[in-house]
Amino acid sequence: MAKVATKPVRIVVAKVGLDGHDRGVKVVARALRDAGYEVIYTGLRQTPEMVVDAALQEDAQVIGLSIHSGAHMTLFPAVVDELKRRDATDIIVFGGGIIPDDDIAALKKRGVAEIFTPGTPLQDIVDWLRKRFPEETR
Amino acid sequence: MKVRARDAKEAWKEEFESSPARDDGLETSSISGIPLQPLYTQDDLARREQEYPGQFPYTRGIHPSGYRGRLWTMRQFSGFATAEETNRRYKYLLANGQNGLSVAFDMPTLMGQDSDAPTSRGEVGHCGVAIDSLADMETLFEGIPLGEITTSMTINSPAAILLCMYIAVAEKQGVPASKLGGTLQNDILKEFIAQKEFIFPPAPSMRLVVDSIEYCAREVPKWNTISISGYHIREAGSTAAQELAFTLADGMAYVDACLERGMHIDDFASRLSFFFDAHIDFFEEIAKFRAARRIWARWMRERYGAQQQRSWKLRFHTQTAGVSLTAQQPELNIARTAIEALAAVLGGTQSLHTNAMDEVLALPTDRAARIALRTQQLLAYETGVANTIDPLGGSYFLEALTDEMERQAEAYFKRIEEIGGVIPAIEVGFFQKEIADAAFRYQLELEQKRRIMVGVNDFTVDEEEEIEILRIDPRLESQQSKRVREVRRKRDQAQCTNALNQLRRAAAGNDNLMPYLLDAVRAYATEGEIMQAMIEVFGTYTETAVV
Repeated sequence: MAKVATKPVRIVVAKVGLDGHDRGVKVVARALRDAGYEVIYTGLRQTPEMVVDAALQEDAQVIGLSIHSGAHMTLFPAVVDELKRRDATDIIVFGGGIIPDDDIAALKKRGVAEIFTPGTPLQDIVDWLRKRFPEETR
Repeated sequence: MKVRARDAKEAWKEEFESSPARDDGLETSSISGIPLQPLYTQDDLARREQEYPGQFPYTRGIHPSGYRGRLWTMRQFSGFATAEETNRRYKYLLANGQNGLSVAFDMPTLMGQDSDAPTSRGEVGHCGVAIDSLADMETLFEGIPLGEITTSMTINSPAAILLCMYIAVAEKQGVPASKLGGTLQNDILKEFIAQKEFIFPPAPSMRLVVDSIEYCAREVPKWNTISISGYHIREAGSTAAQELAFTLADGMAYVDACLERGMHIDDFASRLSFFFDAHIDFFEEIAKFRAARRIWARWMRERYGAQQQRSWKLRFHTQTAGVSLTAQQPELNIARTAIEALAAVLGGTQSLHTNAMDEVLALPTDRAARIALRTQQLLAYETGVANTIDPLGGSYFLEALTDEMERQAEAYFKRIEEIGGVIPAIEVGFFQKEIADAAFRYQLELEQKRRIMVGVNDFTVDEEEEIEILRIDPRLESQQSKRVREVRRKRDQAQCTNALNQLRRAAAGNDNLMPYLLDAVRAYATEGEIMQAMIEVFGTYTETAVV
């Protein structure tokens, strides 16, 4: 049964930091697109400022961040802070990559809504988004 | 006799078809999607002359004595935090029986930035060692005699600069460049294709590669000037056949570029080396390694007209597959790595890195690094697999799979040629799309449980046991930034500025840049400054992202 279309959720997915490992971000971007979300992929080496710029320009409700270099403790909170600075805290930030458990708890305290680590089924990410935006998908 | 054999095969086939098949819904194709028969027989062997190791086309290995003459080099890739800390780890690994070094640099170093650059924040010393100038390189190799060991350096866009730093450290140790042995990754094409650590556009990037090959052919003759890498292509999600094909196509693109420079094939071909992934699909990997040697030998001899046998021989390093490791039940990674390492050895690798079980979470701890090295020692000294050369040669299945790998690679070469070559294919996103498609296909197979990753989509446990992981001290970033500022303050400023100006001028012309880079390095110009000087002339590259 098709849901009544209200407003498609727009998601900016971005690679922050210097590493170029884009396998995960591309797989997730495709899966989200296939699930009916509007996905904007920024490409590589985005600074927190660039990511927030893109999210505001694209009128996105969600930012998905990917990193594999180990700089997540610096760069994920930097995106959250930049959203605060730009008065855009209604935009939800989630992330993925090589992120140890202890760091996940710390990142959530710093305002990152969810972290998905390697091995997460794509469906889990989609389910999580559906829960956050029950009305608005498709 | 013939008739009886035929009857036997028919009889087997009938019985096979009437036997119940497992109904677990799992794929029976290889992990790369190559359909596999349940049984291979003599009928699947191509008619081929008897092949011997050390003889063209080297399917069975490049050395006539295999591992009886010499075992593979156990070369564990490592580097983290500061040069001092990594220097300590190197001495520890050498004391534990490792026989070659392999330097992992941090992201700012790989991207040609100094530790105090604004975009380096949060990255310094995290996935490798931070090197900003010759001063750091001196510390990195302090007390390690560069004339007696070989060193591999995994770096690409700024590769020529790091090689110059290594040469300069050797000079200070009194070791002439002609005595240095080692490998520089220096493979920019696979950066554009897969790992994406590019800085300059393709043309000047290729110029730097050819400059270093040309310079080393004269001055550093024992150095492997490039390590043409499939590893990153595979880790980015390619199939085994794509890894094989794209890597060898890159190799030929470098050969073409060197020939265009006016070099003679036999003057540089033997210093080209390769680097492959050893993934978890055991037989497919062994077939890939064997096919790689055969294809390269044939192209070098027949297409490029190389006369010397050493130009025909594909030598390669292998690393076990990082992507096959799981954060779930991480001790299982020891078993995965052992199986992958065995495939590399049975495929005849020249050197090997075995991943540590915790690398899926962070850089390895001392303990995990030791287990990884011990896994190789166990293969070499306990299992007996090094006693017989190409022990799987002649296996109906493996020979058929080797032929299939070769067929698929040749088909890709044709497609790449139709697009106009490797660089045009990069520019239209051909490789990038092929790899992303393969990665997505594999992910869907996992989601649908048509393939299993133990501990991830089956055989899971509720409570994951925590394992110890290596933490990088966040204070390191400011310490390293202080250090690079101190280098800038203490050096002879006029000498440094002059060297950078000369480099800029040379970059705008056609000279080989290596002597200019060496001068800049000797004058303690930082990596970031040297890259900046070249960026002013070459510009930078941005890819069009395709999802």
